[in-house]
Amino acid sequence: MSNVTIHAIFDDEVPLLASAKTLRSNGVRIKDVFSPFPVHGLDAAIGLPRTWIAITAFIYGITGTCLATLMMWYMMIHDWPTDIGGKPSMAYFMNVPAFIPITFESTVLCAAHGMAITFYLRCWLVPGAKPKNPDPRTTDDKFMMVIELKEENRSNVESMLRKDGAIEINNNNFKYRN
Amino acid sequence: MNNETYTFTNKTRNFTFALMAIGLIAIIAGFAQPTAPEDQHTRMWANLLVNGYFFMGIGLLATFFMALQYAAEVAWSVAVKRVYEAVSCYLPVGATVMFLILLAGQLHLHHLYQWMDPAVYDKTSPKYDELITHKHGYFAPAFFWIRTLAYLVIWSLFQRGFRKRSLEEDLQGGTAIHYKNMGKGALFLVFFAVTSSTSAWDWMMSLDVHWFSTMYGWYAFSGMWISAMTTILLTTLFLKRKGYLPNVNQSHIHDLGKWMFAVSFLWSYLWFCQFMLIWYTNIPEEIIYFQDRLHNYGYMGLMWTVFFMNFLFPMILLMSRDAKRNYYFLVIVGTVILIGHWLDVYNMVMPATVKGEHHLGWIEIGTCLGFVGLLIFVVHKSLAKAPLTVQKHPYLDESLHHEY
Repeated sequence: MSNVTIHAIFDDEVPLLASAKTLRSNGVRIKDVFSPFPVHGLDAAIGLPRTWIAITAFIYGITGTCLATLMMWYMMIHDWPTDIGGKPSMAYFMNVPAFIPITFESTVLCAAHGMAITFYLRCWLVPGAKPKNPDPRTTDDKFMMVIELKEENRSNVESMLRKDGAIEINNNNFKYRN
Repeated sequence: MNNETYTFTNKTRNFTFALMAIGLIAIIAGFAQPTAPEDQHTRMWANLLVNGYFFMGIGLLATFFMALQYAAEVAWSVAVKRVYEAVSCYLPVGATVMFLILLAGQLHLHHLYQWMDPAVYDKTSPKYDELITHKHGYFAPAFFWIRTLAYLVIWSLFQRGFRKRSLEEDLQGGTAIHYKNMGKGALFLVFFAVTSSTSAWDWMMSLDVHWFSTMYGWYAFSGMWISAMTTILLTTLFLKRKGYLPNVNQSHIHDLGKWMFAVSFLWSYLWFCQFMLIWYTNIPEEIIYFQDRLHNYGYMGLMWTVFFMNFLFPMILLMSRDAKRNYYFLVIVGTVILIGHWLDVYNMVMPATVKGEHHLGWIEIGTCLGFVGLLIFVVHKSLAKAPLTVQKHPYLDESLHHEY
């Protein structure tokens, strides 16, 4: 019993979504989908778990808040207290309105950059990375579903795919670099 | 298409009548209280202004939200279109209340607005105020009333127009009305961009007539907007709870929750910007606004309460995705936000009018409940008049399949 990987090509997102639902309800595992634009509801249809990016964003944001607070406390209160506009820096809480903008900016900066960097690393979109897309047409107007299945189920799955509107079914000649 | 209509049950109707009765009793009791002859029931008039402005803002900003949806051709919100349309139907009622309160001022039944008193322009009078005299051109009765009537009438006409065309679209279909709404929506946004600020100056900022802030218009606008979004969300949840709106799914609720979350941040941002710039520069003629509120008249507790209720509370509770899809979270946070913003308007009006003599007693709360009853009554009456799902909007199908 050997596993094979096949590529099903669609030319519209509607049959793609319908087909994903049929396959999943028949217990076929969809490895991935390549699409020229984000398709609403696809994540759920191919059974992807919820992304963790929001949680990482929260952690990066809190880190930014803490770093900004620590930095301003050290500079403005601890190391070199300064009297700006008649507001002597005796304690952090007394001048806290003045520190809010930097706290906010630093939170946003860390959350946004952390999120973007995490995303790039997780997808390995780094300089010099080899392309992972097996079929360049998916960057234009075609949608491709990558399905991993057992050899004996193949004809069954292919007929389901054709029925739901796949326009092509190809063997995988692409060497995935994961 | 689902053409189910909302039934305004006697139970709900009686509930709103009970609230309105409480409000009426509170208002009558407030005016029956003895007052000093020169005081002219300032507490009661200020109280009416708080409620008149706050609740008109809900109807007004629901109209704004509706215009925004039309102008941007938003598809997802079509499923809840009847809900924000019904909330916007409060605008003509709220505008009438606001008009009556201002008219009472003009008839010198109250002098919440110091500049409405002719004595401040009279050099021989002990009330003479040179600084207000400089602003007489802007606050001259004729000019003030042209502006006020223009705001109230034009806003209400836009609202009636949107509503009328929406009902026509249900019968007629096609795209002609859709494009007409789009143009009118854009027109309303342009008109509102100016009048949202100027009306806040005329009716709210001018209570502290010596003081001015360039942030004030947006601050008042964002406060009204969050109140309107919260009312729209709570009405949607109420209808869902009663088994209406079968086409409104979790994604619609999530999006309304996002609006509530986002606009409460907008308000916090503007509130804080106004505070921080004034606090930092500490110029006497500017700082007096916060000096009055924080130190002179003892509103510091209220300021902090408003900040916590309207910023920290929604931020912490609504941050996660699941919270924005949870009925209980949304209802609790929404209620807190509405109370918080009512207190915010209270905080705009009271320190400038009754100054240190503020009581947040049963008269204020009763009047507020009366207006809540009026709002619910008007909104639910409008809901019952048309099918809860629009019938022939071009984007209806897209909205019904809204999911992510």
